[in-house]
Amino acid sequence: MADNPYKDLKISKGAVVEPRTTLVNKTGSWRSERPVIDHEKCVACGNCEKFCPDMAVKETENGKFEIDLDYCKGCGICAEECPVKAIIMEKEEK
Amino acid sequence: MTEDRFKHDEDLFCSGHRACPGCGAALTSKLVTEATGPQTILSMPTGCMEVTTTPYPESAWGISWIHNIFENSAAVAGGIETAYKSFSKRGKEGYTDKDDVNFVVLAGDGATFDIGIRSLSGMMERGHDVLYICYDNEAYMNTGIQRSGSTPMGAATTTTPAGKQSLGEDIRKKDMPSIAAAHGLEYVATASVAYPEDFKRKVKKALEIEGPKYIQIFAPCPRGWRHESKNTIKIARLAVETGLYPVFEMENGRITNTMKVKDRKPVEEYLKVQGRFKHLFKKEGGDEIIDYLQEVADVNAEKIGF
Amino acid sequence: MAKMLTGYNAVAEAVKACNPDVIPAYPITPQTDIVERISEMVADGELTSEYVKVDSEFNAASTAIGASAAGARVFTATCSQGLKLMSEPLFSASGMRLPLVLAVANRSLSAPLSIWGDHTDTFAERDGGMIQFYAEDVQEAMDNIAIAYRVAEDNEISLPALSCLDGFILTHVQEGVEPFSEEELSGFLPQRDPIYTLDPSNPKTMGAYARPEHWTETRYTVHKAQLKAKDKIADAVEEFADIFGREYGLEHRGLIETYRAEDADVILVALGSICGTIRYIVDEYRKKGEKIGIVRPRVYRPFPVEELNKVLEDAEAIAVIEKDISLGYQGGLAIDIKSAMYSTGSRIPILNFIAGLAGRDVRKDNIRKMVEQTKEVRGKNPEDVGFENEERWDSLRTEILPGDDEL
Repeated sequence: MADNPYKDLKISKGAVVEPRTTLVNKTGSWRSERPVIDHEKCVACGNCEKFCPDMAVKETENGKFEIDLDYCKGCGICAEECPVKAIIMEKEEK
Repeated sequence: MTEDRFKHDEDLFCSGHRACPGCGAALTSKLVTEATGPQTILSMPTGCMEVTTTPYPESAWGISWIHNIFENSAAVAGGIETAYKSFSKRGKEGYTDKDDVNFVVLAGDGATFDIGIRSLSGMMERGHDVLYICYDNEAYMNTGIQRSGSTPMGAATTTTPAGKQSLGEDIRKKDMPSIAAAHGLEYVATASVAYPEDFKRKVKKALEIEGPKYIQIFAPCPRGWRHESKNTIKIARLAVETGLYPVFEMENGRITNTMKVKDRKPVEEYLKVQGRFKHLFKKEGGDEIIDYLQEVADVNAEKIGF
Repeated sequence: MAKMLTGYNAVAEAVKACNPDVIPAYPITPQTDIVERISEMVADGELTSEYVKVDSEFNAASTAIGASAAGARVFTATCSQGLKLMSEPLFSASGMRLPLVLAVANRSLSAPLSIWGDHTDTFAERDGGMIQFYAEDVQEAMDNIAIAYRVAEDNEISLPALSCLDGFILTHVQEGVEPFSEEELSGFLPQRDPIYTLDPSNPKTMGAYARPEHWTETRYTVHKAQLKAKDKIADAVEEFADIFGREYGLEHRGLIETYRAEDADVILVALGSICGTIRYIVDEYRKKGEKIGIVRPRVYRPFPVEELNKVLEDAEAIAVIEKDISLGYQGGLAIDIKSAMYSTGSRIPILNFIAGLAGRDVRKDNIRKMVEQTKEVRGKNPEDVGFENEERWDSLRTEILPGDDEL
């Protein structure tokens, strides 16, 4: 961990933890390939969202399915399960 | 910063967990919370999902969640449920009525088939109002892919490696759904991460039933099964399509519903995409294991009827 | 009003007055009668607790942990092998700061199998963060249940507590006791009001795993809570005395009790029921003008180090008589008392007698022999007592021992 966001956090009784706090951990940095959605081809079936183990595909306000690259680990399930091949995996430029 | 257009604040299982890319158990966790909703208390044993979702002081969970030790999550859930039963009966203030709370266990196969079977059996016997869900990835993944009672014949794990004298696991997979059903459960089901809607329907259905329920969901592990992370769903689907992992519902000991498989595929199609089985295609005697697994699939098809 | 009650009945009566929400129960000799009696209370509607007929002590502890995490008051009872089976979840309960109260009918541990009493079972749990109370008689065993709840459920403490009574010797003896009712207890024992619970309307994550940068601090807080429990026990024992008139070592903060120890040259230290016999011997010596006294820790963890040092510092010789042995190095209580005394610079010789293992009788004559041996070392330095005397096995039947080459 480069920067410890909890260095001043007091230990809670019994090490009880607040909910939904992993959101600070941006797992997008794990990725070696990123999914890119071709919205022309997309039929908005929602498979990509349904099968994402990282809650990194969201239907945004404009009704489009988009990838939250903060959390996407690049597993490639969305591309594989897309029935119209609207998602391709592109190498991350590092 | 997360861009505003991505809303995570309603997720009950949140991004940022440390499960591997393509993790079937993480997908299961998401689906479980989608089906149960927020009025849920989840008990989880030690395992991959526990360590990847709750490194202090972080938690991926938006629901009430507890981990105690490896082999007691069913008893812990039974204790929680009993506490709520007492609170409701005694009219204790400040507590949600027991009937409005889902008591759920989500456990791996090691915690379910092996080390936690006493706790599970006792919970089912006593009739606690608990839904026990096992995510089945067929080995102890958290400790580094050691065989469990759920590991299928022929699979190479770190304690059943293929070698000069070995074709991988030499013990057949334990039949946990039948063991659960033998406890007189009103509802037992199997599911697969390849069919999320089917699984969520089963979770919801189970939660309507008072008493103990058991659901076992097939959840591939890319790291442990040595397959590409993108193939998690494909492999889960193949397990069903070959007949190796039948998806069914069992009510009061009788199968009442099965996922039908048209034109059952040969088991090789499922085996060949996973590194844990690759020795079966190279080593002498491997074909006999493949034949055995084909027979398992054939018997499943006949017995369960799909 | 005084009543004749066996130890197990008295403990069950105390549990009834504390009125737990959840009681997971599993049988083991000689504890079984406690949970049997409680099941009768439930069967007759005298007690409305949820009585869970679990499959093992392991799941008695696990069920209690789940219920406690949900905010319930819980009780269970065990001993010996059963306590061993609970050990893993109990260590975890202290780390998660979940209060539980257990009655332990102290019994030896296998092998060989034995159903009779000693303190090996609870001493083996020493490092688990559970508070340990030891009773000398039935009344104290009963009162300790209420005191244990009061301390364990205090949010500043929030730990499991073992309320120990000697198997058979106390569980199955009848004594005249003053029972207390739930109503009489109400001012002393408030309803449990935990800080965190498993509640869908306020979700929390309990039992997260900690990496090296946090683990030490979480364990340190458990240790601090143990230490703080001494103050809480002192308060509880004092208030208990005010309400019920029964005093347990008030002048030593309820952590230890002494008998004729103030001016004693020779002090015998022991836990639990054996002190009844020792008391008789002390009186006998006192009649002869010999200054013998007793120090009885009521609490073993947290260890009452300050209180012990204070009452032991003027003795000329100390005997620690205990029903346990840490195989490979002396008895556990003696090890701790030596550590406490010698770290102050004290040079009082401390003998360690291992006695009464697995129900072997410790008779008056055995105690007299221990007193005589202790008198002999008065005024000597610890090193002069000799390495081979580090522990002495009472009434060891040397005639049946195999030779050293036949062990």
